Formats: sequence, structure tokens, C-alpha cells
Amino acid sequence: MEVQHNGYAIEVSALHKSFGKVHALRGIDLAVPRGSVLGMLGPNGAGKTTAVRVLTTLLRPDSGRVVIEGYDVVRDAAAVRRRIGLAGQATAIQLELTGRENLEIMGRLSHMPRRSVRGRAAELLERFDIADAADRPAKTYSGGMQRRLDLAASLIAEPSVLFLDEPTTGLDPVGRLGMWEIIRELVGRGTTLLLTTQYLDEADELANTVVVVDHGRVIASGTPNQLKDQVGGDLLEFAVPDRSRIDDAVTAVAGLSDSAPTVEPATRRVKVAVGSRGSMALVEAVRRLDAAGVVTEDLALHRPSLDDVFLAVTGHATEATPDTGSKARKSPAAGVPS
Amino acid sequence: MQPVIFVLLFRYVFGGAIHTASAGGYVNYLMPGIIAQTAAFATFATAIALAQEATKGVIDRFRAMPMARSAVLAGRLIADSIRMLIVILVIIGVGYAVGFRFQNGVVGAIGMVLLAEAFGIAVCSVSAFVGLAIKDEESVQAFGLIWIFPLTFVSSAFVQVSTMPSWLQVFANNQPVTLVINAMRAMALGGPHFPLNPALWESLVWLAGVLIVFVPLAVRSYRRVG
Repeated sequence: MEVQHNGYAIEVSALHKSFGKVHALRGIDLAVPRGSVLGMLGPNGAGKTTAVRVLTTLLRPDSGRVVIEGYDVVRDAAAVRRRIGLAGQATAIQLELTGRENLEIMGRLSHMPRRSVRGRAAELLERFDIADAADRPAKTYSGGMQRRLDLAASLIAEPSVLFLDEPTTGLDPVGRLGMWEIIRELVGRGTTLLLTTQYLDEADELANTVVVVDHGRVIASGTPNQLKDQVGGDLLEFAVPDRSRIDDAVTAVAGLSDSAPTVEPATRRVKVAVGSRGSMALVEAVRRLDAAGVVTEDLALHRPSLDDVFLAVTGHATEATPDTGSKARKSPAAGVPS
Repeated sequence: MQPVIFVLLFRYVFGGAIHTASAGGYVNYLMPGIIAQTAAFATFATAIALAQEATKGVIDRFRAMPMARSAVLAGRLIADSIRMLIVILVIIGVGYAVGFRFQNGVVGAIGMVLLAEAFGIAVCSVSAFVGLAIKDEESVQAFGLIWIFPLTFVSSAFVQVSTMPSWLQVFANNQPVTLVINAMRAMALGGPHFPLNPALWESLVWLAGVLIVFVPLAVRSYRRVG
């Protein structure tokens, strides 16, 4: 047993893992300070889930070192398991059991005394807004409630390090926002969190530090703002129904940023990068277009998507890379009604 | 419910056309076969539940918790064995309602139930392996358990093997399900050399062999889930 006295809850160095000829991880290095949130961003097939599985003792690394709260995941797996919580991509709850039974069973299986399990389960049900349905079978819950219950189950034994693998994948926008709120509250209580996501805006909302993973390597890391600066900030986009007015529209918005607007003639769409001025840029654009008398459609401000980050960091879009899945990987645009 | 339908179907629909030389008629011949088939079919639930738990991340979560690696698999097998025993007893009750009677005393009856249960547990270890190895619920349902059908139907469960074509008799006479059912029948109805019917010992050797092969395979698949 070794206990480290530095401030890192998660330390990973030169982590490699292959499945046959597929090199899922090709040398990952991470250092996550206690109480902070690391967002692991990457497309499907980038190696995010494999990394989480190695860090949570489910897979043995081929080489490299993984230390969680001072314990090596290979040599001290049992000690690691006492300190971590895991919520995977699917909801790993028992649908026939009630929400309360689900939590109490997980607590008992974590060797918690019966009495403290009961109190802890009641507290989590309350906190995650499941208390009203606590004694109904989980199969009657909505998708969002099931995900919240799943997250609650991973928290029953009060882990000091929590791993969330794509916690909002498959949730509707309301469920997504609810989940973000819960995660923010957790972090406020000092839990160290590693979360994987395909969405830059999610990493932006929740993470202190972001690592971008592609083909089993960390290809970029930094704060969300540093990453967005690499991309060039938010993107303002609109269409001009009247083709003859496109040039006027371009002239009107040209002054919004240093970079020149781009035009897609076929779709009559105009795009301009507006940095990090957010709604200010939007208001300014509307004012200028109005002053020029140009009618527009679909005026919206987009947060940079994972594709934009990839384009900026690697010079190619996620679509162009082999081995990556084809499921949705675009960031839901932060649309602003125009 | 399905096993009850099988009892009624064979007792009242097919039974009249099937001739066996059993004391007490076809229903007495039938019940040990139906009970063995019921035990084998009950393991479908084991395979499907394990496949679901593997894909839904339930097993991942358990494996990332401070609990024994053997607990999930052992818990599943124990729970399903108890459920299987209950189903066997219910089916015997249904059998009694349609005319089945044990002919060989309490010891014979208990012996038959225990052998059926042991047979079910052995099949359960195979189904557990299939469920964990295939992991996809639909594939498990579609073809993962298809082997149970020839093993139970091409046996002495419903008809005497001697009525089958001779090439099929070679398989039916030498496969373990026939041996198990013959031994169960000997215990329930009183057969030659009870209780040292050779089919009993051959069955026990088969069941032990199945467990020795498939329990380690199931454990191995469990460790590799994901």
C-alpha cells in the first residue's frame, strides 16, 4: 500500500491498451488535482471509454501506470474500488426494483452498514429529485430519472473520485440541463470528477481542464477557454433569402471581427467568427443588418463544436478520421432565437 | 406458464397417439421428461439476464465495486437454481392434477427431483457461459440457446427412442439428456436395478463433466465482460 501526498486524485502516465490489432490507447498522460473536474473530449472510438475502464480497474493496462488516490489500479485494485464511483453510458440499474431498493442494494454491496445506507439513500433520492417516486419500480421512471438514479447509485458509498462516461448522452435538453446542475453541485462538495463527453459545450460548462482525445492520444489540453481560443470563438451564421442582398449583408457584418465573413453561395449562408463576445456580437449583427435593410433567416450564434476543435487542433474534421464511429458527434448548437 | 402448456399439450393432445410401456400410462412416462425439459428451458432466463446485465453496464458497475468477483455469477446461479426448484415442484403439482403419480416411494421421488435440479444447474452453467460470451440479448434469444431444442426433443423425454429412425437413435440414446431422463424415470416409476440404475451413474458423470467445463468458461467470460 502506498499513499501519495501530492495533490492529485488521478495520475496516469504513458498508458497503453490494445485489443488485438486495435490500439485503443497509445500513451495517455493525465494529472487531475483533487476536487477538480477533468473533461475528456473526443469522438466515438477515440478511446475515452477504454481509458475510463482502465482507470476504474475494469481493464488491465498493457503498460503505463495509473494511480487513483495514491493506489495503483493493478496492484491495489481493491483499494481503488473502495474510493471510486462509476456511472457508465448505459443506465445500470435494476428496473424491477424501486429507486430506494436500487440505492440500498448498492450501498449494502459496498459494505456500508444497514442503518447508514438507509439514511444515505433517502438523502440521495431527495437531492436527485426522485423522492416522490422512490418506492415505485424504476421501470416506471422517465429516461432522465433513470439516469439520475444511476448517478445516485454510483454515489451511495461517497466515492472521492467519480467517473462519468458520457453522462448526458441520450438525454433530452431538459434532462441534460438537470444533469449538469447535479454534477456542478457534486463538484461543489469536493468530489474529484472525470467525465467523458462528445460535446464541447458540456466540457465548457463543467470542466476545469479539458483533454481532447483522438486515436488513443491526448491531442490537446487546457482550460475550455484556451481550447475555444484555438478554435476562434463563437460563430455567427445566417441566411440571406434575397440573393442580390448577400453582398450588402457581408459588408454589414464585416466589421464584427478581424476575420472576413465567408459565404456559401449555394445555400446563401454567411458565417463570421465573432470571438467570445457571445450575445453582444449577436445584437450588434442584428443592428447592423437592420440598418442596412437586409432581411435574414436562421440568424444564430453557434458555440464551437467538437468538429471545430478538431479542425483547429488536427487540421481535419472528425468525419475524416478512420476508426471513429458515426454516431452524433456534433455539439448541439447554442441557438439563439433571432 | 409455458411448462404447464407443455404438460397439457402432451398429456391430452399428443399423448393419445404415443404408446409407451409405462406403469400408469403415458402421463407417468411423460412427466420426468417434461420436468427435465422445464429445468433446461428455465435457464433461458439466466442467459438473457446475464447478457442484459453485461450490455447495460450492471456487471461493469459491480466489478468496479469492492465486492468479490465471484459474487454476481454465484448470486445469479443460486437465485436461478432456487427458482428452478420451485418451477419443478409446481410442474409436479400440475402433473398430479392430470393423473401423474410417483410409483416408487418418497426416496425415489426426492431422488428424481434432485437429479432434475442437478441437471438444471449443469445446463444453467452452459447458458450462463452463452449469455456472457455472446452478450447481445437478441442473439442469445435467436441462436445462443438453440442447442437446447435438439437435446431435449431428440431424447427419451416425450417418446421412446426405439420409435425413432435408427440413425437418430444413435444420437438420442447416447446424449446426456436421455440418460438423465431415463434415470429420473427409473427413480420416479421404479426401474431396473433401482437405485443403482446405470443411467443414474452415467448421468452424474455427464453432469459433473459439464460443470467442470462450463463453470470455468462462464467465470472467464464474466471477467472479460465489456
